[in-house]
Amino acid sequence: MHDDLIAVAMSGGVDSSAVAAMLHAEGRPVVGMTMQLWNQRRMPELIPEGGATGRCCSLDDVYDARAVAAAIGIPFYVVNFEEQFERDVVRPFVEDYVAGRTPIPCTLCNNSVKFEPFLEMARQVGSETVATGHYARIERDERTGRWLLLRGVDHSRDQSYFLWGLTQRQLSHSLFPLGGLQKSEVRAIARRLNVPVADKGESREICFVPNGDYGRFVERYLEENRIDRRDLAGEVVDERGRALAEHQGVHRFTVGQRKGLGVAVGSPLYVTEILPAERKVVVGPREALERKRFLVERPNWIAFEALTEPVRVEAKIRHQFRPAPAEVRPGAEPGFCEVEFDQPQLAITPGQAAVFYQEELVVGGAWIAAPGGHQSQVG
Amino acid sequence: MAERYYFDHNATTPVADEVFAAMVACLRETFGNASSIHGFGQDARALVEKARAQVGALLGCSANDIVFTSGGTESDNLAILGSLRGKSGARHLITTTIEHPAVLNVAQQLEREGVDVTWLAVGADGVVSPDDVRGALRPETLMISIMAANNELGTLQPIDAIGAIAREAGVLFHTDGVQAAGKIPLDVEALGLDFLALSAHKLYGPKGVGALYIRKGRDVEPIQYGGTHERRRRPGTENVPGIVGLGAAAKLALGTLPEESARLSGLRDRLQQGALERIPGCWANAGGSPRTPNTANLGFEGVEGEALVIALDLKGFAVSSGAACSSGAIEPSHVLTAIGLSRERAKSCLRFSLGKKTTAEQVDRLLETLAAVVERLRKLAPATPSHA
Repeated sequence: MHDDLIAVAMSGGVDSSAVAAMLHAEGRPVVGMTMQLWNQRRMPELIPEGGATGRCCSLDDVYDARAVAAAIGIPFYVVNFEEQFERDVVRPFVEDYVAGRTPIPCTLCNNSVKFEPFLEMARQVGSETVATGHYARIERDERTGRWLLLRGVDHSRDQSYFLWGLTQRQLSHSLFPLGGLQKSEVRAIARRLNVPVADKGESREICFVPNGDYGRFVERYLEENRIDRRDLAGEVVDERGRALAEHQGVHRFTVGQRKGLGVAVGSPLYVTEILPAERKVVVGPREALERKRFLVERPNWIAFEALTEPVRVEAKIRHQFRPAPAEVRPGAEPGFCEVEFDQPQLAITPGQAAVFYQEELVVGGAWIAAPGGHQSQVG
Repeated sequence: MAERYYFDHNATTPVADEVFAAMVACLRETFGNASSIHGFGQDARALVEKARAQVGALLGCSANDIVFTSGGTESDNLAILGSLRGKSGARHLITTTIEHPAVLNVAQQLEREGVDVTWLAVGADGVVSPDDVRGALRPETLMISIMAANNELGTLQPIDAIGAIAREAGVLFHTDGVQAAGKIPLDVEALGLDFLALSAHKLYGPKGVGALYIRKGRDVEPIQYGGTHERRRRPGTENVPGIVGLGAAAKLALGTLPEESARLSGLRDRLQQGALERIPGCWANAGGSPRTPNTANLGFEGVEGEALVIALDLKGFAVSSGAACSSGAIEPSHVLTAIGLSRERAKSCLRFSLGKKTTAEQVDRLLETLAAVVERLRKLAPATPSHA
């Protein structure tokens, strides 16, 4: 088994580089592969000054990944998934914003590119196992035979929130060698193994929007694709429907947003809801953001096959959110579940994921649905 | 890594021993600037002129008709841009849809600059029809630029017939001869050529040097500015060791061409026939057309070419899924779609290009591995949980 080829998804960053170096140092046969996902030159005005270094798919990162592979002494290839990435990540990202939701492209990418076509490509070149630099752990439950996903030991780096969509098949073919390590240990290992990018900085932005201006990206994408750019502009209204201001497009708002509302009122106002059909952005006081119950759709269960009865969990509703006690139960309609927090939570945002934990274990996850609406169609 | 086998000679070739020896001698002993008056310069000049004669001999022209450049791309640019830019009035260029990017993108640039370009299509045989060329002629046609041999398919274009048409019409005729030079006999006189571009590294010479044949009496405007080198056609201090390498490569090619051509086409047919017989769902692109002796382009039904290239490389066999210049691009080969393949099928094709060191044994090993890998790829149904 240990003689089997492992395909390492290399981004050119320190984490995946360390994975390649570690596995190689263990004597395991490794092939490095970098996914070309997006042409950064396509929207050059979205590259910040000083270049887009440190974002995936910039030429510099492919160059770095290649240099790391050469330094380690492993075969290396760039594989092109631009078509899949645009279809399954970028387009849904744009459609989500236009539909008043706030997408998580990294999850879409994991679900539909990194662990699907990439896994398939790895198998085709002769590797049954894919290793990545994610901070999360995979374990096998010997009792049930299920593959389990656990949080990374370094909770400050834990990426399990983005990985809840992995299927049993995908988990069974994946390795996360960094899941049991602290980031500082990873850097130390990278230095010890002479990985050229051991001290490279980190990317924080979505890889295809290097300057972080999502609104501008959505507009440019709609223009470029000559997608009927319905007039996205409309009104900012209060909870009783009274117009407070005009806005330039629903895609420029997210639930919980406070800045950029163009409303001058004494007390702070927050976006509480986005109504894309009416092109309305509803604002209200902070209290109006609080909710205990919400619907989620298209769940993926990891700890068990299907949710048949209520389960106690800690639910996480966005990346920077401390999981809070909740109960998740089967919904009235197929494909939906209901989540109820013990305490009200702020800004439960459609388009984001709700991920359910039991301590370290990722029980499963699902997409947060628009309140009262079942029309959501991501992907 | 275990033994490696190179089947990508259309991308580049290894430097031949004779070429290497000539270049090393030049690098060691003849460092002078070929434009200098003194003896050091004269020594370098003598080497450059000897190489010029060697390249001229390969093409059947006088040494004076050869301009040294940095490679095939520059030669194509110099011939086309140097002839069409700055001409006043209506300008028309005839070329094909299967040209190398070194011509394709030059023609597209000229289109943006106001030149009318006719893009001739080819049939499934990957060969342009001389009648189509004749039909595309207009009073304002200034140039026909059609490659001698296609890089992906190896298909030979009827440049002799096209040359006759060009002469008759009084139109300039340029050919991108990068894939043809050294592989098939080229006689610029008999072919009626005004320009021919070639590159050293495709014929066992070094990278970074090439040549452009310019018929006596034709002229080009330089596309870069500097000194008066190369009869004011190509400024810049001569790349003497590179030029020496190109000369040696041209001499070698001329001397070995007939035997090597016969040997390679035998091996190529062995590869193509072997694949067609052994591998179900395998087809040959333009497999019956006149081709360079070393090239076969094969498709494998239901197989992703990109994966096949990597899988073969991991087993030590270097092949290509298209032109090396376009690898990494998402678009399938423009040549394969030009001969009528669907995007899907175009992505299932590999180019095999053989060379001097290729042996029958290597071809047989390749066939064995190829058959096994293709079979494995086809068996890969969507994975089932391994639970192992």
